[in-house]
Amino acid sequence: MTTTAGLAAGPGLHAWLLLAAVLFCIGIYGVLSRRNLVAILCSVELMANAVNINLVAFSRFHGDLLGQAFALFSVALTVAEVGIGLAIVILVYRARKGIDVDELDLLRG
Amino acid sequence: MLQAVIFYLLAIATVLSGLAVITRRNPIASAVSLVVTFFFLAALYVMLGAHFVAVTQVLVYAGAVMVLFVFVIMLLNLRGTDPRELPDLAPRGLVGLAVAGFIGMGLVVSIDALRLVDMGPVADDFGTIQQVGTIIFDGTYLLPFEVASALLTVAMVGAVVLAKREI
Repeated sequence: MTTTAGLAAGPGLHAWLLLAAVLFCIGIYGVLSRRNLVAILCSVELMANAVNINLVAFSRFHGDLLGQAFALFSVALTVAEVGIGLAIVILVYRARKGIDVDELDLLRG
Repeated sequence: MLQAVIFYLLAIATVLSGLAVITRRNPIASAVSLVVTFFFLAALYVMLGAHFVAVTQVLVYAGAVMVLFVFVIMLLNLRGTDPRELPDLAPRGLVGLAVAGFIGMGLVVSIDALRLVDMGPVADDFGTIQQVGTIIFDGTYLLPFEVASALLTVAMVGAVVLAKREI
């Protein structure tokens, strides 16, 4: 009953974690290199999804469904973040007539 | 064997569409690439036996979040407002590459240090709505679930209040 011949042929945990790491790095690069505020939010979405892959992969490899429940919570959090983030984008566009992050220097950062 | 082939095909497709998200200048093209990434990720979740998470991924991300993104992009009429492309050696791109490479190196090293866990056999109903629902609603995680719904309500009201001109 415990034979895993068919499953062992599948990719190991390392492959899943590496995929998540690659996606996360793509997201970081996007956040740091893009100037468009909406594109930055898209990159943040990529990073959040990479985290979800990790949660679901660990859930599967440990046979514990709790990881999937946490992934669902994380989806809810991300959706709230996107809603507020896009509302802020609209506010910025109204105030500055553009969403180039280079021009958002009100705090002189 | 077949599983591995499918996984690597899906993984390559996911990474390529993820790269498209950050390299397209046109925000609409970025958003559409993001939808494609979400669909590939949903397929990957199915491979992990996470059926309900895969359904949620398509419904929430590819559905609701994408509608929000595309709606805002079209509302603001942003067409090619991002003047720089990927092969750009401005300080911004270099810093991005350096930080991403640094964090990626840390991630790879820590992944290599992990103890390998074999994918054990699980029951047929692993990851179905019933199983996940039992975990969430069966006591311990009921309060966090309700807090999450309160958070979504607050976020919705907050977004409306922020974006509305006059309340």
